[in-house]
Amino acid sequence: MSSNRKTLWQIFRAPLLLGLLSLTGLIGALVGDGLFDLISWATLGSALAVIAWYWAKPTV
Amino acid sequence: MNVKAWFLVHKWTSLVCTLFLLLLCITGLPLIFHEEIDHFFEEETEAPPMPADTPQASLDRIVDAALSERPDAVIRFMFWDNEEHPNMSFVSMAKSMDAPPDEFISLVIDSRTAALLDAPEPDRGFMYIMFKLHVDLFAGLPGMLFLGFMGLLFVVAIISGLVLYAPFMRKLDFGTVRRQRSSRLKWLDLHNLLGAVTMVWALVVGLTGSINTLSPLVIGYWQQDQFATMAADYQDQPAPQKLGSLQASVNTADAAIQNMHMSFIAWPGSQFSTKHHYAIFYKGDTPLTARLLQPVLVDAQSSKLLPPEPTPWYVTTLLMSQPLHFGDYGAMPLKIIWALLDLATIVVLGSGLYLWLGRRSSTARRVAEVKSGGLAEEVNA
Repeated sequence: MSSNRKTLWQIFRAPLLLGLLSLTGLIGALVGDGLFDLISWATLGSALAVIAWYWAKPTV
Repeated sequence: MNVKAWFLVHKWTSLVCTLFLLLLCITGLPLIFHEEIDHFFEEETEAPPMPADTPQASLDRIVDAALSERPDAVIRFMFWDNEEHPNMSFVSMAKSMDAPPDEFISLVIDSRTAALLDAPEPDRGFMYIMFKLHVDLFAGLPGMLFLGFMGLLFVVAIISGLVLYAPFMRKLDFGTVRRQRSSRLKWLDLHNLLGAVTMVWALVVGLTGSINTLSPLVIGYWQQDQFATMAADYQDQPAPQKLGSLQASVNTADAAIQNMHMSFIAWPGSQFSTKHHYAIFYKGDTPLTARLLQPVLVDAQSSKLLPPEPTPWYVTTLLMSQPLHFGDYGAMPLKIIWALLDLATIVVLGSGLYLWLGRRSSTARRVAEVKSGGLAEEVNA
């Protein structure tokens, strides 16, 4: 935890990135099969990986 | 709006919808895998092996076979799924054309020999209960629309939660989970983390779910709007007593359509057609166009074609909302991801409920808790 007040950009950049990745994944698998499915699994799966990482990570 | 106003929006929209959303998330979990579960528990009917070049029977023979098996019923729909169930024609019948949609009689007929393969009883087991609880709470259209409204409240709860995320995270790094202090602080952090991470998925699934609850209304409007306009010349004619050849009608429709294949046929007087036409629905062959439908209306007596018109935007929106809600468009890995994101949403809902129940407190203290990144409540505790 840092004591400085964060800007909106600092607060929202990570959720925004994950949101864009999710959106890519949601649309990707609709557009095609094969590679598009792979992209979809990787991008939507990244949200799950982030949850697992921070949930398991020991913090303060 | 200030933090207090957004807090109250978040609190009340969440409180109203949370129990229903928990029900939707829990019943939705087995529904994600309904194909696999059905496949595992039910004896699957298959068409017997025959040489690959065996020709398909005339559709009129399929119709005759269905009507002679159930002379007490009428055909409402016929459909095919050549990828999963090759050479099988599925006939959906009912005691009368206007019987409720739930009251149907299913027959499975061999597309090559017109022999009856199966007459499955409607499923009334576990998956049926999950489905009904998920779709309409056993309460028909009012139940569907009610759940659709809960979905919209969920969307408002997500957006207001996103707004509150900013003051909460002012001094916190992304992903902070403080587990050494109080259980409340830990779950507050997890609620914020999981909510922020799953937000786009939850918004899309919530919104498309709400759109899906409108499907009976959208289909009804389509019938009144485009179909009625296309068949305006038939308005004053009585409904046909005896139907003409289905095969001839399908041949007529096939000639008007390129690069698509037949998906299902709706009979005259059914929910998906006019009183005078077979509505023959085609779908495309790419992952995207396989979700869309192009109907062709053909006079059920004379087999005369009505020139096809593009499917209206509101039907396309509904059709695209289905895969985005079901998660059934990216093979098994996507279904597993869907299930895990569903579980994450259950954690967000459950932790939200826990935070509300946890300790009685004034709105002012709750707002202070949000603004301080969870620490105000700690000091007071």
